[in-house]
Amino acid sequence: MSALFVLIGFSILVAAGFLIAFIWSVKNGQYEDEYTPSVRILFEDKVPEESDNNNINVTITKNSSNGN
Amino acid sequence: MAKSDKIACYHCGEDCGRHPIEYDDKHFCCSGCKAVYEILSDNAACEYYSIENNPGIKNIQTEIGNKFAYLDNEEILSEILDFSDGGINKVKFFIPNIHCSSCIWLLENLHRFNKGILVSNVNFVKKEVQFTYKSEFISLRQLVELLASINYTPQITLDDLKAGDQPKTDKKIYYKLGVAGFCFGNIMLLSFPEYLNFNKTLEEEYRTAFAYINLVLILPVVFYAATDYFLSAFASLRKKVINIDLPISIGIVVLFIRSLVEVVTAADVGYLDSLAGLVFFLLIGKWYQNKTYQALSFERNYKSYFPVAVNTIDDDGIESAIPLKQLKTGQRIIVRNQELIPADAYLMKGQASIDYSFVSGESTPVAKKEKDLIYAGGRQMGSAIELVVAKEVAQSYLTELWNQDINTEKKESRLNSIVNTVSHYFTATIILISILSAAYWFIFNPDNVMNAFTSGLIIACPCALALTLPFAFGSAVRIYGRAGFYLKKPDIVERLSKIDTIVFDKTGTLTKNDEFQIDDSELILNSNELVLVKSAVKHSTHPLSVAIYQFIKSELEELDSFEEIPAAGISAFIDDQKIKIGSQSFVTGESKESGVYSSRVYISINDDFKGYYIIKNAYREGVEEIIGSLNKNYDLHLLSGDNESERQYFNQLLAKNDQIRFNQSPKDKLEYVRSLKENGRHVLMIGDGLNDAGALSESEIGISIAYNIYHFSPACDAILEASKFKDLVKFIQLSKKSMNIIKMSFIISFLYNIVGLIFAVQAFLTPVLSAILMPISSVTVVAFITIASLYNARRSNLDLKIS
Repeated sequence: MSALFVLIGFSILVAAGFLIAFIWSVKNGQYEDEYTPSVRILFEDKVPEESDNNNINVTITKNSSNGN
Repeated sequence: MAKSDKIACYHCGEDCGRHPIEYDDKHFCCSGCKAVYEILSDNAACEYYSIENNPGIKNIQTEIGNKFAYLDNEEILSEILDFSDGGINKVKFFIPNIHCSSCIWLLENLHRFNKGILVSNVNFVKKEVQFTYKSEFISLRQLVELLASINYTPQITLDDLKAGDQPKTDKKIYYKLGVAGFCFGNIMLLSFPEYLNFNKTLEEEYRTAFAYINLVLILPVVFYAATDYFLSAFASLRKKVINIDLPISIGIVVLFIRSLVEVVTAADVGYLDSLAGLVFFLLIGKWYQNKTYQALSFERNYKSYFPVAVNTIDDDGIESAIPLKQLKTGQRIIVRNQELIPADAYLMKGQASIDYSFVSGESTPVAKKEKDLIYAGGRQMGSAIELVVAKEVAQSYLTELWNQDINTEKKESRLNSIVNTVSHYFTATIILISILSAAYWFIFNPDNVMNAFTSGLIIACPCALALTLPFAFGSAVRIYGRAGFYLKKPDIVERLSKIDTIVFDKTGTLTKNDEFQIDDSELILNSNELVLVKSAVKHSTHPLSVAIYQFIKSELEELDSFEEIPAAGISAFIDDQKIKIGSQSFVTGESKESGVYSSRVYISINDDFKGYYIIKNAYREGVEEIIGSLNKNYDLHLLSGDNESERQYFNQLLAKNDQIRFNQSPKDKLEYVRSLKENGRHVLMIGDGLNDAGALSESEIGISIAYNIYHFSPACDAILEASKFKDLVKFIQLSKKSMNIIKMSFIISFLYNIVGLIFAVQAFLTPVLSAILMPISSVTVVAFITIASLYNARRSNLDLKIS
């Protein structure tokens, strides 16, 4: 058996791994909300007991579609 | 945000006026905003204010009181909760006020407020929050009251009661896309040596092996990823119509069988690469087309508008909350300020002032006397009233309106879509050509019969044709969405291009709900008196008071006393001067004269009658230009539930007087649209209230105008942001341009098909040729559509948001 077939088999296995990862991520709901996680990651995890006079530099501007 | 001379409220960003409330070195416009700030600072959640400037929502509700008492009812509770076990509960709320990053932060940090809240997870796009809480520490009612206290009141309606019945987002398309992509990629890789195999240098051992691997890889594509096409083709055949999925299915089946035969008989390597690519591209088109606006709902009916419970009162005066569906005729109910009348009922006690803006678009509250019948759907403004239920919820006037049998199926089939017409002829032509070429070869060289016949069916498989519509409509829907016009389904683009008749509702559609035109020609006030009037109306939340407040440009003075009598007016004292503002009977003591069309606000100062304001709803910007430009090409009609006071104005605006109807009931509107349709018209209806709902669903396209697209709007095909009404003409033009793009790309794909067929009938089709021709035609068509759509959008001068 040629080494080529081993390689093909192996490459398909690797690709199948990515396919499974993709299916898992869909099942997990990662495509249901594509916006919130991008905001969430910028929040700082602070312990609530800390003082509020903080110096957070995170300013996120976003076009608010809601006119409230 | 605020100009230098104005102080913006730290919480909501609104102008604080001349007397801001100061607290903690910050300025607030009202005590409501300050109260929210206090709650947040007590719970160490002031980071809320550092993420975005002035993220808060101004409080419009007065007090929570017993409003959420029904959430203590076990039966209701069990229907709202998604999950409940061992004291751990899960619930999902729709919160329309979610609008910025600060909202996400605050709602996800609610565990700081109460240790019973374990997890809260925001879905910003859907404006939903999923809570997990321990009922040991916090009840659902307390949770909702906490949300309401910081102005994130969840919307809990009858619709939410179908717990666990929420439609799940369709993930199948993703799975299929993933599988098809995986197989397509691998098959391409293994087919590549074949493309370069000009001199037959590839060893036969590898060729066969690659072909067999491809054959295995194609199985999930044909038997899983492509199943929707087979099902759709089969369904359309049973209905005796030919849709685009039929030639696609034929193509897939023929490609598969011929490849299978070639590989197994070792004749050649088949067309497996073309087949996998075809299915993959088609699925991409399908996915692209399904742009959905998850936070919008086009299917709302009275159920998503009505509360889940109502407060009843028994003979001993004891109040209790019962689920709405248990409400029986003859029961006494209490409806408080801002609450909804759930069923047709007689007023027993209290001052009723009913805002029917959701029903009719008319936002000026209507006063009702005792023993009056009040229709369901109105909102009480003012103090609590007691009512006796006259009809059960399901038999109420409003509900009946909804339940009228409206056949939506008819809507689909009436307009034969362009692609179905095309595929009808296309399929017939292809089959004919294939049979003819097979017949030719049968006579001259029988060896080529099967080759020519199957080649014809393969090359004609309308991949580019099938991709045209999804991409053209998908692009159009996205452009519309960025311009503030949200379509329920992509094929509405095509229907929009075909309409010839437009029916307008007046109140709330051509007029603005929240803005008034004030005529003070019947009123004589000096500048001091204007100050008094303005100061008095400042304290009233009645829409007419707000309108007068904005209308008078003068200073303000402090009031000594203020009293608002619901459904009558306000009386106030300033420096011993008595000001009365309100209805005629309230101010002058005389009863209303009949035949008065517009709203009037009477004013007296120290019992000296000063005259009245005439208040009308203001028209939207650009109404005259829109009607002017639509008048040329479309048949315009106006249906209004109002009286005839403005007939004169519309007679000038619309050419044909007989197409303007006033005093139309919701049923009249529906009948009117139906009769237009029966005369062969393609009707576009634009409305806003529940009273238009019947007409909206009867028409070919029902557009609902909404001030806030996330709030309630009746079931419709499209939602239009109120501020974008002026762009209506451009939207219709754009749909026509989209249809032109579709026609042009049909021509492009036909050209490819002709080239392919020329090879096919000569039995020259090879796998390589097919593998080149198919993707190239698809890519050109998709690129053409995308570029042409963007070009059209630029040219249309629409105000596009970046999405």
